[in-house]
Amino acid sequence: MSRLQIPQAEYEAIRAHGEETYPHECCGALLGRPTAEGWKVEAAVRAGNTRTDSAHNRYNIAPVELVKIEREARRLGLGIAGFYHSHPDHPAQWSTTDFAEAHWLGCSYVITEVAHGRAAVTNSFLLAGATEEEKRFEQETIAVDEESIDTELS
Amino acid sequence: MIIYIPTPLRPYADGRDEFEVDAATITEALAGLTQAHPDLRKHLFTAEGGVRAFVNLYLNDADVRYLPEKLASKVSSTDTLSIIPSIAGGCSPGLAVQAGAASPHDIEANEHGYQNEK
Repeated sequence: MSRLQIPQAEYEAIRAHGEETYPHECCGALLGRPTAEGWKVEAAVRAGNTRTDSAHNRYNIAPVELVKIEREARRLGLGIAGFYHSHPDHPAQWSTTDFAEAHWLGCSYVITEVAHGRAAVTNSFLLAGATEEEKRFEQETIAVDEESIDTELS
Repeated sequence: MIIYIPTPLRPYADGRDEFEVDAATITEALAGLTQAHPDLRKHLFTAEGGVRAFVNLYLNDADVRYLPEKLASKVSSTDTLSIIPSIAGGCSPGLAVQAGAASPHDIEANEHGYQNEK
């Protein structure tokens, strides 16, 4: 099982983002460095959800915003490690929509359940597989700061 | 010009995050990239040769789909081309679990794709 390392402040920030946008989904990018065990996140960057037509259960990051995020990551000597979003009043498990729309192979997809406005379970899934046709989500451990904790199944 | 390679595609480009190429058009630039790194081809293009629907191409800050000449747009040595796979999802269960399944994004991509109007 791979492991996503994330600083406490960034972990709390992405959960707080989900509470702020509730009952809509929040979204953002995770910047970091690859390690032998998985990604080591160094920064979380908020992004706008362009799915204003269905923001309670869909999210989309404008590609041009991603271009700018990646440009900033490059400036910092980091890569895009993955993405995060929230599931308002829905388990922190990947949905069929999440899977169909996931194309960043080798990256982490972090999902936080926000129940009645409060961040609950946060899980991370590695998009594994060598090609789009072979892709699959694999749950991974989230290590907050130096303390490793197993992600919870909701 | 410089082509910026996103995280998921770097393993197929010898780990590189950018690729410099001499090209007159975006099509030529992508051809140069995939000639140097053939394993990238299946990640960028469909079996029919079109750019995959979820692959966004940005010439500097402009979406190539919306450029008048699309992939035939002329480029200069100071231009940059960013390859950005789309990022979307949500707790809605509305889409089938199927690689390459149709999605609103795909539909948009097909309607405003990379091919010039005939």
